[in-house]
Amino acid sequence: MNGLPFSFAGETLTALPSGALHWPARRLLCVSDLHLGKSERMARRGGPILPPYEARETLTRLDADIRATEPETVICLGDSFDDLDAMRALEDQARAMLTTLMAGSRWIWIEGNHDAGPVDLGGSHLEQHREGALTFRHIATSDATGEISGHYHPKARIPLKARSLTRPCFLRDDTRLILPAYGTYTGGLHTDRPPLSTLMGPGAQAILLATPPLAVPMPR
Amino acid sequence: MTALPPIIEDWFSRQGWHLHPHQRAMFDRAGDPALMLIAPTGGGKTMAGFLPTLAELAEGGHEGLHTLYVSPLKALAADIKRNLRRPVEEMGLPIRIEDRTGDTPQSRRKRQRADPPHILLTTPESLALLTSYEDAAHTFCGLKRVIVDEIHALAESKRGDQLFLALSRLETLAPGLRRVGLSATVEDPPALAQLLARAPDSCPILHADPGPDPDIAMLETEERPPWSGGGGAYAIPAVLDQIRQHKTTLIFHNTRAQAEIFFHNLWLANEDGLPIGIHHGALAREQRERVEAAMVAGDLRAIVCTGTLDLGIDWGDVDLVIQVGAPKNVKRLVQRIGRANHRYNAPSKALLVPANRFEVVECVAALEAVKAHELDGEPRGPGPLDVLCQHILIRAAAGPFDADTLFAEIKTVGAYANLPRATFDRCLDFAATGGYALRAYDQWQRLVQRADGSWQLRDPRGAARIRMNIGTITDSDKLKVQLKHTRGGRPLGEVEEAFAATLTQGDTFLIGGHIVRYEGLREMVVEVSRDKGRKPKIAVFSGTKFATSTQLSDRILAMFRQRDWPNLPPHTADWLALQREVSRLPERDRLLVETFPHDGLHHLCLYGFAGKNAQQTLGLLVTQRMEEQGLNPMGFVATDYATLIWGLDPVTDPAPLLSREGLHQALEGWLAENAVMKRTFKTSAIVAGLIDRNSPGGKRKSGRQATFSTDILYDTLRKYDPDHLMLDITREEAMRGLVDFGRVEEMLDRIGPRIDHLDLSRVTPLAAPMFLEVGKVPVKGRAEDVLIERERTALMQAAGLA
Repeated sequence: MNGLPFSFAGETLTALPSGALHWPARRLLCVSDLHLGKSERMARRGGPILPPYEARETLTRLDADIRATEPETVICLGDSFDDLDAMRALEDQARAMLTTLMAGSRWIWIEGNHDAGPVDLGGSHLEQHREGALTFRHIATSDATGEISGHYHPKARIPLKARSLTRPCFLRDDTRLILPAYGTYTGGLHTDRPPLSTLMGPGAQAILLATPPLAVPMPR
Repeated sequence: MTALPPIIEDWFSRQGWHLHPHQRAMFDRAGDPALMLIAPTGGGKTMAGFLPTLAELAEGGHEGLHTLYVSPLKALAADIKRNLRRPVEEMGLPIRIEDRTGDTPQSRRKRQRADPPHILLTTPESLALLTSYEDAAHTFCGLKRVIVDEIHALAESKRGDQLFLALSRLETLAPGLRRVGLSATVEDPPALAQLLARAPDSCPILHADPGPDPDIAMLETEERPPWSGGGGAYAIPAVLDQIRQHKTTLIFHNTRAQAEIFFHNLWLANEDGLPIGIHHGALAREQRERVEAAMVAGDLRAIVCTGTLDLGIDWGDVDLVIQVGAPKNVKRLVQRIGRANHRYNAPSKALLVPANRFEVVECVAALEAVKAHELDGEPRGPGPLDVLCQHILIRAAAGPFDADTLFAEIKTVGAYANLPRATFDRCLDFAATGGYALRAYDQWQRLVQRADGSWQLRDPRGAARIRMNIGTITDSDKLKVQLKHTRGGRPLGEVEEAFAATLTQGDTFLIGGHIVRYEGLREMVVEVSRDKGRKPKIAVFSGTKFATSTQLSDRILAMFRQRDWPNLPPHTADWLALQREVSRLPERDRLLVETFPHDGLHHLCLYGFAGKNAQQTLGLLVTQRMEEQGLNPMGFVATDYATLIWGLDPVTDPAPLLSREGLHQALEGWLAENAVMKRTFKTSAIVAGLIDRNSPGGKRKSGRQATFSTDILYDTLRKYDPDHLMLDITREEAMRGLVDFGRVEEMLDRIGPRIDHLDLSRVTPLAAPMFLEVGKVPVKGRAEDVLIERERTALMQAAGLA
C-alpha cells in the first residue's frame, strides 16, 4: 500500500499516497473534499468550460484505494460534491461508478460547506461522526481532541537542494488531523498561511503526499 | 503626382521641411487598398503614414472615425498623439485625435465608442476589445484607413495574429478600408506585406532610403569580460565614460534581471551623480511613466532598459546605443541601433558589450553580420488556433453571427488563408461547448445555435467575461511587489510567482534599482521593506529570453574552425584555445559531449548549437531517457549553444541517449509529463478561453483553496480526451515554439554518428557559463524522491523528531 503509519489519539492510522486516510483496526477508509461535479458547477455559473472528466478521475483513484484496503466503512469528510445541484447533475458513468463503489460498505457522507443538505445517493448523511476516540467532521474546531477534518486542502512547501517543492499534505498535531483534498480539480492552502498556521499547535507535522508519504515539521 | 492641400504644404515650408521621397510616394499611392513602407527609425515613417489622413480630413466634413492607428505599445500611441496634435493644431485642421489603451478611463472609452474621434490611436488588444461591443458597427462605420505601426514587431507574435483577425472584422464593418503598414528593416518584406493585405490580394512595398551604415563596434574595456555571467558589470567604468561623452545613452539588456543588476552597479559607481534611469516591463506603470517623462524632457543622461524601449518612441536626443549582452539576433540588433541618432541620414552610433567570454564571440559574429547586411528570421507558419478561438468568442460577444460568414471573413487573413473548414468548425465547437468527447453538460454551453442557424452567447452576461480575457500576452503569473505597511500604496513592480516562491523571509533582491528585503506574502502581494545592504542576496528573476538565430549560430561555429582568432580580443582567443586544449571546440558536423563531476553531482554538456528552444527540448528528451535508464537526472538548463544536465549518477556512454529512434520515442512519451508542455498548454488555454486569466484556473485568489493548477487539466485531457483540440494546439505550439523539434532533427542530420564524448575531471571553460544560466528546468523523477528522503531525515533530525 506504500502508506505511512502514524499514531494519533492512541490509534494507529495510515496516510496513503493518494491523500486517503486508512484506519486498519476499524477497517475504515476516509477521504475528504472530493468536490465531484466541480466542472459542471463552473459551466453552469457561466465560468470556464473545463474538461468534464474530473468526477471519473477522482472516483477511479478512490476505487483503487477501496480495492487495496477493503474497508467496511468509508467516510467522505464533506464537500464531496461541489454543490447539491452538481450532485444531481453527476454524469451517468460517474454516478454508476459511485454506486458500485458504495455497494458492500457502510458509507458515510459528512456534510460540508459546499454540500450541506441530504444526498440522494444512499449511505448515511451526518453532520459529524464519532468512531472510538475519533471524531470526523468537515471543518476543524478550535477545542478539538481526536478530531479528523478536511476543508482547508492543506499543502506544504519544503526547500530542496536548489529548488522548493510543493505537495498536498495531511496536517497533524496532538489533537487534530486535517486531510488533504482528494478531488482532482482542487487546489490547496499553504500551511504557512492563516488559518492553518494559527490553527495547528506547536510541533505540528505535515505528511506530504509522496510514495510513501513523508512526515516533516509543518512549514510555518 | 497629387498635390498636398495648400494648408499642409504651407506648414511644411514654414518648418523648412521637404517631403522625403518615400513620404511623397506614400501620399501618391494613398488610394492603394494595402501598402507597406519599410524605413529606418527616424525616417519620418509616422508622417508618411498620416499624411494622406491629414489631407483627406483637411476639408472637414468627415463624420466619425476616419483613421485607426495601431501600435504595439501604449506609450507609442500616446507619443504619436502628442506628435500629431502639434502640426494639426498649427495647421488649424478640424481633426480630433485621441488615444485609447488599457489606461484610458472608462468614461472616455464609452464616449469614444458612441462618438469616435477622427483619428484613434490604439493597441491590438484595445482594438479587439472595441470590436467585441454590440455597437462596433456604429463605431467603425466611417473608417477609411488603418495604419499599423511597427508591424514587424507585431507580426512576430500572436498579437499580430489577433490584430489581423480584427482587421478582417473591420473590413466587413467598413468595406473599402485601406491598410498601411510601417515597418523597420526586415529580412523578408513580401512575407510581412502578405500579412497586412486582405488575402489573397497583393501588397506593394515602398522602401525608404536606409541611410548610412551604422557606426558600430565592441566597447573596449580595461577590465576583461568574466568567464561567465550575464551582468556586464565589468564594463561599468567604460560605460560611465561613454555616458559622460554623449548626450543621451540607451543601455539595452536582454533580460530585466540583467537590467536591474547593471543599473544597481552603475548607480554605485556613479560618483558624478549623472542622472540615470531604469525602464523595463516589470516596473510599476507610475515608475515607468516617470522615467519616460524625464527622458522626453531631456533630464536623463542614460536609461538602462530592456525590449520595452525597442520600438519607435521618440525619446529625444539619443546619440548612443549600448547593447549589453549578446544581441542573439542580428535583425533586432539593427533595429536597436536605429534608436540612436533619430536624425535621418546620420549614422547611428552603437557599442556592443559582451557580458562574458562566450558573448565576445557572439558579438563579433553579430558585428560581421551587420556589416554584411545579413538579417535573420524564421518564417512563422500558419495562424495559431488559440488566437482563432478567442476571435470567435470576441465575435460572439458583439452579437449573433453566421458561421459561414465568419469563416469567409477569417480566410481573408493572410495567416489563416489556408484554414480548412473542418478546423474552423472544431474551433467553433470548442468555443461553443468546450469540444469534449463527453457531452456532460451541454445545457451549459457557452454559445448556442438559434433557430435561423446563427450562433449567440447562451448567457449575454458571458460577454463581460470574454472582454475581461481579451489579449494574447500571457506572461507567467506575476505578483505585485509592495512596501510593507503601505496597504493600497504604489507597487514597486512585479515578480514572477515562481521567483516569489523561492524567497524566504530576509532574502534581498533588486527591483527598480533598489534593494528590498522579502518580508512575506500577503494576499498574493509580495511585501518587502527597504534594505540598506549593498549587495542583494538573490538578484535573478526571469524576463524575456531571446534565442540565437540559426544564422548567428552558424557564424559562431565557423569562427571556431579558425586556427587562431585575430578578430577576437586576446583574452577570448586564449579562452577558446584553453577549451581546445582541455577538451575540444564544438564543430558544425559533429556533436561534442562533455561529462564531468561538479558540486557533488554528475554533469553532462551537449553542444548542439541548435538554439535555445531546441537545446531545451534536447534536455527534456535526454533526461527522460536517463530517467528510464535509472541515471536519476535532476534537472537541466539550456542555452542557445548547449544543454547542461545534472543528476545523481554519471553517464558513461551518451550515444545511446541520442539515438534518433530513442529521441522520437521519448518525444511521444514526453507529451505526458513535462513542464514545458504544461506551460505551453497553460498559455494556449488562456488565449483560447479554456480558462480565465482572472478566475479559477487562471489566477489564484488569496488564501483560498478553490483553485487549482492547470497542469491537472492537461493531465485530465490527456487521459480522458486525448484528441481534444487544446492538446493539438499545445503540441503544435510547442513544436514550433518552445519545442522546436525540427531544429533537433536538423542537428541530428548534421552530426550523423559523429558524437565525441569526453569524460573530464572538472568543469570545462565552455561549460562554465552554463552554471549561471537562469531557467533551470527540474526533472520530476525518482531523484526527487531520493532527495525528499534525504531532506526529510535532515529536517526531522534538526527538529529532534528523528
